[in-house]
Amino acid sequence: MNAPLLAKGGGPVIPNFGHGTACLRNNHWFCSSWVHDHWGDILQPALVQHIYLTLISVGIGFAISFALALIAFRFRFFGPPLGAVSDFLYCIPSISLFLLLVPVTGLTVTTLVIPLVAYTLFVLYPNILAGLRGVPPEVLESARGMGLTRRQTFWRVELPLAVPAIMAGLRVATVATISIATIAAFVLYYGLGGPIFDAIGQPDIFRTELVAAGGLTILLALTADVLLTLVQRALTPWSRPR
Amino acid sequence: MPSEAAELVFDEATKVYPGRDGAAVDHLSLTVPAGEICVLVGPSGGGKTTALKLVNRLIPLTSGYIRIDGRQIGDYDLVELRRSIGYVIQQVGLFPHMTVEANIGTVPRLLGWDRKRIRGRVAELLELVGLDPEKDRRRFPAELSGGQRQRVGLARALAANPALMLMDEPFGAIDPIVRARLQDEFLRLQHEIRKTVVFVTHDIDEAIKVGDRIAILREGGRLAQYDTPEQILEHPVDDFVADFVGRDRALKALALKTLGDLELSPATEDGLPRLPVDTSRRDALAVLVAERRDAGLVVGPDGSPLGVVKREDLLR
Repeated sequence: MNAPLLAKGGGPVIPNFGHGTACLRNNHWFCSSWVHDHWGDILQPALVQHIYLTLISVGIGFAISFALALIAFRFRFFGPPLGAVSDFLYCIPSISLFLLLVPVTGLTVTTLVIPLVAYTLFVLYPNILAGLRGVPPEVLESARGMGLTRRQTFWRVELPLAVPAIMAGLRVATVATISIATIAAFVLYYGLGGPIFDAIGQPDIFRTELVAAGGLTILLALTADVLLTLVQRALTPWSRPR
Repeated sequence: MPSEAAELVFDEATKVYPGRDGAAVDHLSLTVPAGEICVLVGPSGGGKTTALKLVNRLIPLTSGYIRIDGRQIGDYDLVELRRSIGYVIQQVGLFPHMTVEANIGTVPRLLGWDRKRIRGRVAELLELVGLDPEKDRRRFPAELSGGQRQRVGLARALAANPALMLMDEPFGAIDPIVRARLQDEFLRLQHEIRKTVVFVTHDIDEAIKVGDRIAILREGGRLAQYDTPEQILEHPVDDFVADFVGRDRALKALALKTLGDLELSPATEDGLPRLPVDTSRRDALAVLVAERRDAGLVVGPDGSPLGVVKREDLLR
């Protein structure tokens, strides 16, 4: 990690790259030469870490949410308490949750993943449950009347019909995770939050790095949203009348 | 269960919902002969739908018996029983995520038919209910009109060739014009396939049109009268039935008969209103009243005059 030189006594902050261009010296909003030079050593690794962090968090969050939603779906009385827990987790400010975990799990990626997973629960658990519970009663009645067993009804009717709600939850959870994950760099230099904190941690914000890393975060969120939308369309051709 | 048509017997069938006063279905006894349509009709609270759902055990009996071809429903495996009974409900309940073909093939798939057989059966059924076997097969329920959905619902219920069909207000949510057409098509279909059908409706006119026999249930799930439509219209057993079928029951009875079985007198005057021989007596009367005439000329399907019918003959 190249810490930019901090100039004492005011004056423009010049990153300590010997060949700083005029663009960089004047701290313009976006200098493509810097992005080009530091794609390989700063931006790309941060982007890959960010994607990894998001996938792990959303993946684990989805698995936990799905299991919890199944329990609440099967045994109704578990619904309200589980919902309350996921709501409560969401109420803890993310920075404090990251910091609270440092003494427990240390300066590791685990410390970043746990809060992110907790936040996905808030979105995924109620969405999956609402999807499963949202199957129209007449559809369930006809399934029962035709002699589908409880298990067949779940796999063939309830779960497929819950897919739009589940995918909607996944989209929100993924985009939110990509965004919240930048804050994780406050605790551990990891993901696109790293270069962002670097850029704003200087007396005079290093604009190019902020714009590049922030822009990548936005681009990543948009790409994830579009990809998940496409996946949903492929999975649910029935939900859009042709 | 044999798959052509089954006799259905309600024998003192009773349903009492826990925590509720009085029975929903109270010692209901009636026999639906194989291949006939029995319509359960009555005011709300009469237990018609409950009685229907007792048959496929969506609602468990409190006491009494229901037998299909002599065998008690409780003796069937629950899942097997339901798969062998066609079930059609008002809201249809098609699976929105499945194509028309997959919807219709639901029970055959559960029964383990091979793909080719299911495909053939689906095509046959689509044809039977008046849909396009090629085009409509791949569509999703959201792309169909209400009437088309109910046709698919009917095809789906018929898929595994059940001996018994349960139909709970199947045309209740459909606009009157399409409903009348679906009723006609259903009757034409029934003429071919001859299933035993239990058909629930709250509409006495539909009951009269569709039913071979009508069971009128009153509040508390008690059977008021079980008879043919003609008998119910002409000889209601009590004031409740007479009220329920309506003050125009004499006219409704006329609607059940055509001009075909009347004795006609030879044609003598010209310019009489022409009445095709398959016109109902009620419609013929309406024509004569509207045209202020005392008689009409009955004509055959080819338009040839058969004879004259007088207004008072229609009322006999």
